[in-house]
Amino acid sequence: MNPPAHKPRAPVPHELILAALILGLALFIGLLNPAFFSRAHLYDLIKGSTVMGLFALGVLLVMISGGIDISFTSIAVFAMYVTSRGLVAVEYQGTVLVAFVISAAIGLALGGLNALFVAGFGLPTLIVTLGTAGLIRGLLLAFIGTEILNQLPAGYARFSRLTWFEHTLPGGDTVGLSPIFLVFLLAAAAVALLLRYTMVGRGIYALGGNPSAAERVGFNVPALRLVVFGLAGGLAGLAGLAHATMMRNANPFDLVGMELMVLAAVVLGGAGIFGGRGTVTGTILGVLLLVLLNNSLILLGIPTYWQRVFVGLILLVATGISAHRENA
Amino acid sequence: MQPAAPEPTPSAFASLARISKSFGGVQALREVSLNLRRGEIHCLVGENGCGKSTLIKILAGVHSPDTGEIGIGNGRHARLRPGDAMRLGIQVIFQDFSLFPNLTVAENIALPSHLENRRRFIRPRHAIRIAAQTLDTLGVGLDLARPVSTLSVARQQLVAIARALPHATRLLVMDEPTAALTHREIERLFQIVRTLKNQGVGILLVSHKIPEIFALADRITVLRNGEVARTGPASEFTPVTLVEAMTGRTPSGRTVPTGPARAHTTPRLRVDRLACRDRLADITFEVQPGEIVGLTGRLGSGRTALAQALFGLLNIDHGRIWVNGKPLEPKHPQAALAASLAYVPEDRLREGLFLAQPVGHNLIAGLLPSLGGRLGWISPRQIRDPSTHWVQRLRIRTPDVASPVDHLSGGNQQKVVLARWLACSVNVLILNRPTAGVDVAAKAEIHQHLREWTARGMSILLISDDLPELLELSHRLLLFHDGRIVAELPADALDADALTARLEAL
Repeated sequence: MNPPAHKPRAPVPHELILAALILGLALFIGLLNPAFFSRAHLYDLIKGSTVMGLFALGVLLVMISGGIDISFTSIAVFAMYVTSRGLVAVEYQGTVLVAFVISAAIGLALGGLNALFVAGFGLPTLIVTLGTAGLIRGLLLAFIGTEILNQLPAGYARFSRLTWFEHTLPGGDTVGLSPIFLVFLLAAAAVALLLRYTMVGRGIYALGGNPSAAERVGFNVPALRLVVFGLAGGLAGLAGLAHATMMRNANPFDLVGMELMVLAAVVLGGAGIFGGRGTVTGTILGVLLLVLLNNSLILLGIPTYWQRVFVGLILLVATGISAHRENA
Repeated sequence: MQPAAPEPTPSAFASLARISKSFGGVQALREVSLNLRRGEIHCLVGENGCGKSTLIKILAGVHSPDTGEIGIGNGRHARLRPGDAMRLGIQVIFQDFSLFPNLTVAENIALPSHLENRRRFIRPRHAIRIAAQTLDTLGVGLDLARPVSTLSVARQQLVAIARALPHATRLLVMDEPTAALTHREIERLFQIVRTLKNQGVGILLVSHKIPEIFALADRITVLRNGEVARTGPASEFTPVTLVEAMTGRTPSGRTVPTGPARAHTTPRLRVDRLACRDRLADITFEVQPGEIVGLTGRLGSGRTALAQALFGLLNIDHGRIWVNGKPLEPKHPQAALAASLAYVPEDRLREGLFLAQPVGHNLIAGLLPSLGGRLGWISPRQIRDPSTHWVQRLRIRTPDVASPVDHLSGGNQQKVVLARWLACSVNVLILNRPTAGVDVAAKAEIHQHLREWTARGMSILLISDDLPELLELSHRLLLFHDGRIVAELPADALDADALTARLEAL
């Protein structure tokens, strides 16, 4: 008989829109200020995305599982500061890799604490992570210390001076890409593989989509929550230490306050605010777009407090779009 | 006549022995025993709220019984956990489907079998293969790559059924598996159920549809108020004794037929060449005051799209609508309500009710614009009085108008939705499968109310797959196919078989 008019068109992938936005923004700023495309600046951008990117991967996991995490900056600063202080105390001279491992392990344990409250007592993730954020940071400042450590183990400095793709500028300075970015790339690849090809990863999506069905079908929901919050904590630990090596100091007042930026980047990257949706590619693009925007505001000479306004707006608009799509 | 011989245990795959369970002081099950045999279809029936779903959830490991014992194969268990049930060969198709809306059809079907096989890694192509094979046995074509959230309720039900199939199942438990399906899919499902039965799988089926029960059941257990009211081979039951056992009273004979529609007045509803993108085309019809018009057809035939278009949930591309002779542009549900046209959607739980809110608040939701006094204040009495009135009038079984709606059984929830619109005395009421998942007694009551209200001049568009219901209630039937009305049939010239034939021929 009369066939229906046409099939509904498949929507444009979110990642493509983001990539186009990033490209457009880069071209626009590059035209206004050619310094944008200098190698030094591009390397800076990549380096600047690393800490945020590591945080974002953890937040992505939590958001896919249907929760929200705001304790990651506290976990990061705790893990970073305790690790650095400890290594200074024992006068450790070896490779920075050990520091990364210790910091990640501390983060993992603190993330496990989140999981304990969420899975064990069935509390909402927002409240739990708000509570642990205050608890962890308070304990850090009260018992571990408040002074900024400027004399870090030698491994930190060796690592931060390391550069690849070196290039000598006409003025005689050399610029290069910091291998810190590699930490992020490896973590992103691991999270992407976990989410896509393992039952644990698919279980995290299932949990975010329908928690009671996940349990009925036989997923071990408490174990999944432990993986999610544990990994988010571990990634925060890495982010904290990456930050310390880049800053060449360990500041117990750093990092906290970045939550807004990271959440905005993850939501911008297409993670569903009601759980069950999100990709690593989208998250990386979301981070890049946000770092780019922040950076370009500086390049364009716009006062820094406007950055917060823009980031807040982005968070609202991106969540609005996300909510709209899920209701459609 | 009563065969008192003890059951030969070797064939009993699962047995529930003296299971009791209470929720917050309410006794849901009291000393219920049930034997489920291999290769036997066991129907569990009873009115809404009699404890069927609780019993199923105990078998599935969702709830743990307070007392009693569950025997599976040779093992004895005080309780099961979700993983246990599956490992022991029990598959459950839940009433709420328990699907993952964000995952694809393929993953929804494949994930449980991956879990069962304790796989650690998955390959997307492998999931697609499992899903495609399963859907093939079901004889259903679905887009495997689509997220389940984009499917209609009926298709979701098919996915929920498909999900239970690719396993070494020894007992398949189905909680109202046909509630959202149309005739053709139900037939297909029954074939599969019979095939499984012949392969030695035990089947526990919960259903409200009496013909369905007698078509399939080898054995019937009737639950009433959490206790076994009667159990025995299906051959010992007749439809009348079954209803008797369920309700505890003899069903009253004939139902009152629907009154005549009033012709030669302004039509209540007139629709002229309505079209909506790829969903509806060239829809033209009229509904007279007091008339009940049945809308039927296969899934996606346009019957639900029409209801949504009239109620402002779907953008109309062209065509015109009049309610009581006045043109209606349904850009938004508010516009439809202002014109006295209301819609009760298929999924009453998610779209029709404020589940956690008291019965009273749900009842008066439609009246709110007319209730508010100065500054929009509403006194508790303004809520209590009309809601108490409607609770009594429709005989809604609730302890109190202040109890939350989600504590009510399905039939009573449906009455709450109905009462909301009856209370606003709407002129045109569109009902989408109003008695799906509602027990026989409540269904008869709902039918009776609909007849009463049409006798007063209300008009009803009735979307349903329940052919006896359509034929019994409607004056006319509009048959939908591919977004168009392909036939208009007078209900009194049809019987269920003729109508089935018409639907099959589409």
